[in-house]
Amino acid sequence: MLINPSEILETVRMVKMEHLDIRTVTMGLSLRDCADKDIRAFNEKVYDKIVSRAKDLVRVAGEIQSLYGIPIVNKRVAVTPIAVVAESCDAPDLVSTAKALDAAAKAVGVDFIGGFSALVHKGATPGDIRLIESIPEALASTDKVCSSVNVATTKAGINMDAVALMGEIIKRTAHLTASRDGIGCAKLVVFANAPEDNPFMAGAFHGIGESECVINVGVSGPGVVNSAIRELKDPDFTQIAETIKKTAFKITRMGEMIGREVSRRLGVEFGILDLSLAPTPEVGDSVAAILEAMGLERCGAHGTTAALALLNDAVKKGGAMASSSVGGLSGAFIPVSEDAGMIAAVEAGALRLEKLEAMTSVCSVGLDMIAVPGDTPASKLSAIIADEMAIGVVNKKTTAVRIIPAPGKGVGDSVEFGGLLGRAPVMAVSGFGSEVFIARGGRVPAPIQSLTN
Amino acid sequence: MNSNRFIVTVIGCDRTGIVAKIATVMTDFNVNIVDISQTIMQTIFTMIMLVQAPKEGFDLAAFQAGMEGAAKELGVEVKVQHEDAFQYMHRI
Repeated sequence: MLINPSEILETVRMVKMEHLDIRTVTMGLSLRDCADKDIRAFNEKVYDKIVSRAKDLVRVAGEIQSLYGIPIVNKRVAVTPIAVVAESCDAPDLVSTAKALDAAAKAVGVDFIGGFSALVHKGATPGDIRLIESIPEALASTDKVCSSVNVATTKAGINMDAVALMGEIIKRTAHLTASRDGIGCAKLVVFANAPEDNPFMAGAFHGIGESECVINVGVSGPGVVNSAIRELKDPDFTQIAETIKKTAFKITRMGEMIGREVSRRLGVEFGILDLSLAPTPEVGDSVAAILEAMGLERCGAHGTTAALALLNDAVKKGGAMASSSVGGLSGAFIPVSEDAGMIAAVEAGALRLEKLEAMTSVCSVGLDMIAVPGDTPASKLSAIIADEMAIGVVNKKTTAVRIIPAPGKGVGDSVEFGGLLGRAPVMAVSGFGSEVFIARGGRVPAPIQSLTN
Repeated sequence: MNSNRFIVTVIGCDRTGIVAKIATVMTDFNVNIVDISQTIMQTIFTMIMLVQAPKEGFDLAAFQAGMEGAAKELGVEVKVQHEDAFQYMHRI
């Protein structure tokens, strides 16, 4: 017998019923050869390079999708952090470069383009500051551009000047996109220990240690893990971990196969496979649902952090076994707006910001896609960022903050972005201030864990 | 992707003529059935076929469209996927 029906039907079910998909095929592209003092010439080079290298990405991804019958939801491009390549540009701001990126993304038909980014974890150059100051207008005047700023690493500590500035930048971005519920903030991430090969938005950029052009693939599949756990009859935690591992293994293998075939057809090096459980607003395709499948009444109940730690670890173990190219973030995402279970947990009063923060210490990424009241002061946003950066720096892991101070809205309201970005209920922040703390500036020194040499 | 073999899955209510209709489309595209398996899964009829497509001049998109058309007439769901999608996931 050449066919094993149970294997085939399992795969078919994963795709059809459990929303298994390739979340993204992301082309990482170096723009280091585009530097030019004249910003117009620079923008032209950037546009031309992206269009020439990524012109076939969407078509090839479509071919692979129908060949294997696995949906590839997003096609994306990530470029070298623009602050680096635009450093020598003779221009007061870099909004025109964001527009060039947007135009290139539209020309090749990708869903997002990431890399309007700066790496300022230890300090900022004038070019870095110029990029960061350009972010609000850049995100307000483009559709597909995503921006990220790395403000901390375990090796460098936390650049608190940058943390303070990012609170202001997030406020301005929300203000400039107020008519669309502050959607600009949904495309802006503040990082600690940002990975250089992450295919997921909004934080994707093509790191300076990367080669000229690579294909990175982000796989998803919370729905598959959720179903696998729910099928177990009264399992203990060892059995749950084992099931997650096996499921993660299968998902990873699928992603690697697709990534390698896309790379081969495009004649581009295969980079990494990011096995992240990235939820979608679809019912069941939810990380919160997985945690609840382990026996929690609601995501956010006591025990949630432990459940998430088990999940994240088992996902990594299964993924690492399945592929030698696992990279990026690879773990579980807990974005509120993109996960129906998280939204329900917030609305039921089960999940608050403080619990989410604790959860970020044991999973990939961090406070993701959370809406807070529109009148939250910049210093409070910065303080939220500082807390999250501290978790990342001390635990030698990536953490991030993608937060939306929802313009004109308060607790009880929600913001609606549609599509994969979903809907975020506005969450309460602490009523106590952090203004003096954030105004101090300087750098939180690197922790003792960084002294490994 | 080394082979030109595909897995065809047919899922839906059992009725006469499913195999005949599906096989006709395959003949039209010069696609050879290598192995076939039928089961009833939770009262739903499922047929799985391993098929070999010709090495030269095979148009996957047209074949998939042909199968879609047949599926619509039969009131079932048909998927055509390269065999690697299953090999990679379940076998090392």
